[in-house]
Parts: sequence; C-alpha cells; structure tokens
Amino acid sequence: MHVARAIYTIWLREFKVFIRERSRIVGMIGQPLLYLLIVGTGISSGMSLNNAPGGMDYLKFMYPGIIGMSVLFTSIFSGASIIWDREFGFLKEVLVAPVPRWAVAVGKILGGATVSTIQSAILAALAPVAGIALSAGVVAKLLLLSFLTSMAVTSLGVAIAARMESMQGFQMIMNFLVMPLYFLSGGMFPVQSAPAWMQKLMLVDPLTYGVDALRQVAFSHTTVELAPGLAAPLVEIARSAGLIRWDLGVDVAVMAAVTLVLATAAAVSFSRAE
Amino acid sequence: MTEVIRVEGLVKRFGNLTAVDGVSFTVEQGEIFGFLGPNGAGKSTTIKILSTLLKPTSGTAILAGYDVVRQPNEVRQSIGMVFQDPALDNRLTAEEHLIFHAMLYNVPRSVLTERIDQVLKMVGLADRRKSLVRTFSGGMRRRLEIARGLLHYPKVLFLDEPTVGLDPQTRAAIWEHVRRLRDEIGVTVFMTTHYMDEAENCDRIAIIDHGKIQAIDTPAALKRRIGGDLIIVTGDPGLQQDLAARYGVEVRRVGNEFHFQVAAGAEFVPRVVADFPGRIRSIQVKQPSLDDVFLQLTGRAIRDEEASELDLMRQHARRVWGGRR
Repeated sequence: MHVARAIYTIWLREFKVFIRERSRIVGMIGQPLLYLLIVGTGISSGMSLNNAPGGMDYLKFMYPGIIGMSVLFTSIFSGASIIWDREFGFLKEVLVAPVPRWAVAVGKILGGATVSTIQSAILAALAPVAGIALSAGVVAKLLLLSFLTSMAVTSLGVAIAARMESMQGFQMIMNFLVMPLYFLSGGMFPVQSAPAWMQKLMLVDPLTYGVDALRQVAFSHTTVELAPGLAAPLVEIARSAGLIRWDLGVDVAVMAAVTLVLATAAAVSFSRAE
Repeated sequence: MTEVIRVEGLVKRFGNLTAVDGVSFTVEQGEIFGFLGPNGAGKSTTIKILSTLLKPTSGTAILAGYDVVRQPNEVRQSIGMVFQDPALDNRLTAEEHLIFHAMLYNVPRSVLTERIDQVLKMVGLADRRKSLVRTFSGGMRRRLEIARGLLHYPKVLFLDEPTVGLDPQTRAAIWEHVRRLRDEIGVTVFMTTHYMDEAENCDRIAIIDHGKIQAIDTPAALKRRIGGDLIIVTGDPGLQQDLAARYGVEVRRVGNEFHFQVAAGAEFVPRVVADFPGRIRSIQVKQPSLDDVFLQLTGRAIRDEEASELDLMRQHARRVWGGRR
C-alpha cells in the first residue's frame, strides 16, 4: 500500500514537472514534426519507395515511425534525467525516504511512459496530414502501444543512467544507441528492402516490433482508392507488400517481454547504485 | 539527556581508500552536533552511512534505537535530510514539495495541512506556500528544504554543508532558524561544515581529518586546548629561533609571520617588545579560533580539493539554479 503510494508520488512529480515545462514539450514534439513535415513530405514528393505498392506513399509509411521516434527520444530522455535528478533534484531526497529503490524506478518508468503517451496523442492528431484516417479505437490503441513501447525504452534509460556518473555520457548514448535504435526500427525504411546484414540487426532492435505494431494500428482505419471505384484497406496493402511483418499479437508479446526484462534490469540496476 | 546516535568503530573503505577510519561518537537528544573537517575528510561518507545511503565496511551505527544496516527503513523514517546540493524542483511549488514528501513518509492526510502550515511558519515561508521554487532565493530554498526535512517529525535532522554558497546574512538567518528548531521542537541536529566560524554555533564539534576523529568537545573547550592566546610577530628572520629559545615555546612560521602561544597574550606583548628592541616590526594578539584548533590538531589549514566529476556537474547546476551556490 505504501509502496503503491510511493510509486504514485514519483509518477505525479514527473507528470507535474512535465506539464509545466513548456519548452521541453515544444522541443519534443517539434522534432518529430520536422521529420514528418520536411523529411517525410520532401522524400515522398521527390522519390518513391522501391517496389512501393499502389496507394502507399512515403509519408504514410513514415508516419507510424515518427510516433515511434517521439516515444524513443522522449523516453530515453526521461530515463536519463535521473542522472541529474539524483544529484540535484527531488530524486535525491527520495533516495533517503523510507521507500524501496525499485518503487522509485517503477514510478519513474511509469512517469516517463505517461509523458511519451501524451506526446503521441498530440502526434496522433496530425495523422490526417499524412493521409491517415483515425477513429477513437485507433487512437486508443496507438496510445496503449506508445505507453508499452515507452515503458521499455524508459526502463532502458533508467538501467543505463543508474550506472552513469555524469551527463557527459548521455550524448554518447544518444549517438551510439538511440539513433541506431531509431534508424534500424523500420520507421524510416522497410526491413525487407535493407541488405541482409542490416535486416539481422533490425530484427533484434525491439523498436522494430513497436513500429510494426504502430504501423498496423495506424493503418487499420484507412482505405485508399487505387483506381476509380477500386478501394483497398491500407493495412492489407502494407501487409502484402511486407511493410507489416507480424501479427499485432506477436508485436505486443515481444514488446511486453522486452519491457519486462528491461524494467527488471532498471529496478535492479537502480537498487544497486551505491 | 538520552542518546540518539551511537557510532562505534565505523569504517568505510572504497577499494584502497579508507574514507572513514574507525570513527566512534555519540550524540545526545536535542544537541546541535557538528562534523568539522576539510573536503574529503570523511564527513559526507559518515552522513551517507548514518542516512543508510552507504553500507559501512565494519562498525555499527545506531540511530534513534535502530541499526542503520539492519533496519534501514526505520532509520529513514527517523531522520530528515538536507543535502549539500539542492534537491528541489524549480517547477514545483513549495507546497507540492511538502505534499510529495508527506506521501513518501506516510504522514497522515488528516494532519497534513496543519503540519505544512507549521513547518512553513517555522522557516518563515508561510506566505510563499503556493509559489514555484524557481522564484525562490538561495536562502529560501535552503529553508524550504529544512522545512521539508522536518515535516515527518524526525528525531534527527541532517544538514550537510547547509550554508555553502549563501551570503553571510542568509547564513546567519539559517542558523537562527536551526537554533530555534532545536529550542522549540527539540530535534537533534547533525551537521557537517568546513566553515570554522559556523562550527561555533554547534553545541559540540567533532573535528575529523583523514577519516579519523581528532577531537570532540564544545567549541569553547576545544579552543582552551590551544593553551592560551596566539601571538603573531613579524620582524627579522632570526626571530623564529630567538623567540623559541627565549620563552621556551614552539614558534611556527606562517608566511612571513611567526606564530606562538602564550597563556595571557595581552600582558605578554610589552615583554616581547622590550626583550627584542628594534627587531619587531609588528605584533598582534589573537584569541584562538577553531581554525587554530584545526591547524594544531592536523598540522594544516582546511584545504580545498581538486574538482571531481560531481563538482563539474555542481558548477553547471549553479548556473542553472541561478547563483545559489
């Protein structure tokens, strides 16, 4: 009971600080938006996907990946913020409170996931820009998937940050871990058109499964007109072209398993610090 | 008087480095107890062990009747902590910090409003309850942290270098608050400092260096150990030997000054001037300070150590926090 309240306290703090930090919200939403509006629009008007099926353009293809990107960047940042918080923030005080360390890690992970999910909600509202139709069900599923993916990534951030002494190392993590995780997630280019060696890497990138799930959910309410009088569901087009690789259940199961492992690692790593 | 902290033979090693080397002491209920020593002397390590953040290599520490190793949760519930570095969020209000603290420390909801009123009044922040911490000055932040540390009615309040980086006026105000807390609610205050003048505010001081306690006593008693007043003479270089030979005292050279101690300094001055005609350029008498006590006990003045990784972050924090410390 007390532990639940402690987790809630850490979560609430994370949430309150986030909603008061306008510049961070703008930055965290602005970056994916730039990718979507400039990179996505630019590429889709200048080039086309190799062997792209009819009705699929790059902007549509990229949109779910942009949500994945927002989740990834926000979550890793949330996780890494414990480096700072531990020395100069509220968290320092929490560490001497009569609360188990793992509960602090769990509160932090849930807080980071909540923040990412709010940003996904804002990005979801932009789906029509990419030519994607939404329904209440689609949005709800997108947000649930964002929450799950974010829990995994925030856990990863916490697990690493618990062992890091300074913010200096954070830039290295961004360059050599977070960017590759994004590039290899199938968010920017499809898995099956990548060279074989890269496909192997893509298949072990957990975010690949998150993006696959986001893509099939995002596409699920959209139909495209291939020819006058000939309409087809976007999700079928994507699946038959191999742009969606697994069943939603498989994706969710993989993400859930990864989340469980990483969250445990985060709790253990954080409990052992000092 | 009852004993609230008992530490026996405390040792903490980090690899080859022995940060705390067989420290023993007790602290009575309602005392303001100070740990005085340079950076790296073992003060923070001791505080970390007492607050259950570090496990000792050997030795025992009992706090409010609980063993810091075997009963960490009970110990945590019994202590309030104010860290050397700020542990506040700029974007939360004073009240939110206190509410969060109460939730973590199981303060019953029924008494929460009253408690928050009480502790904010104690530190003179009652009118800033709903203000964001980013609008607070350095001294106000420190006071809020002290209020927070008291919210769950701890037996012991730890203050780790509580006035570093604050201006003299604010430092004096913080001290006034701390003394009032002790008088009004009888909380025991355990503090560390490397400011000598601040240590004077403590009821008792432990002087610590290289992980060992060099002396524990009241500030007045420690100064009495020096054995009288300090005479500081400048003049020709031969004075060091001649003064020592004439009066049978130990003369230390500090820069171009010669220091030695005598029982009654003021009466001694005319004698020195008469004994060494024409050789004395200046002479002064100083009441011994804790600085002198420290110098005598450890053979050196309190020093600053080189910047660590944490210090670099601290400097960055200082910029972010707008000149707090």
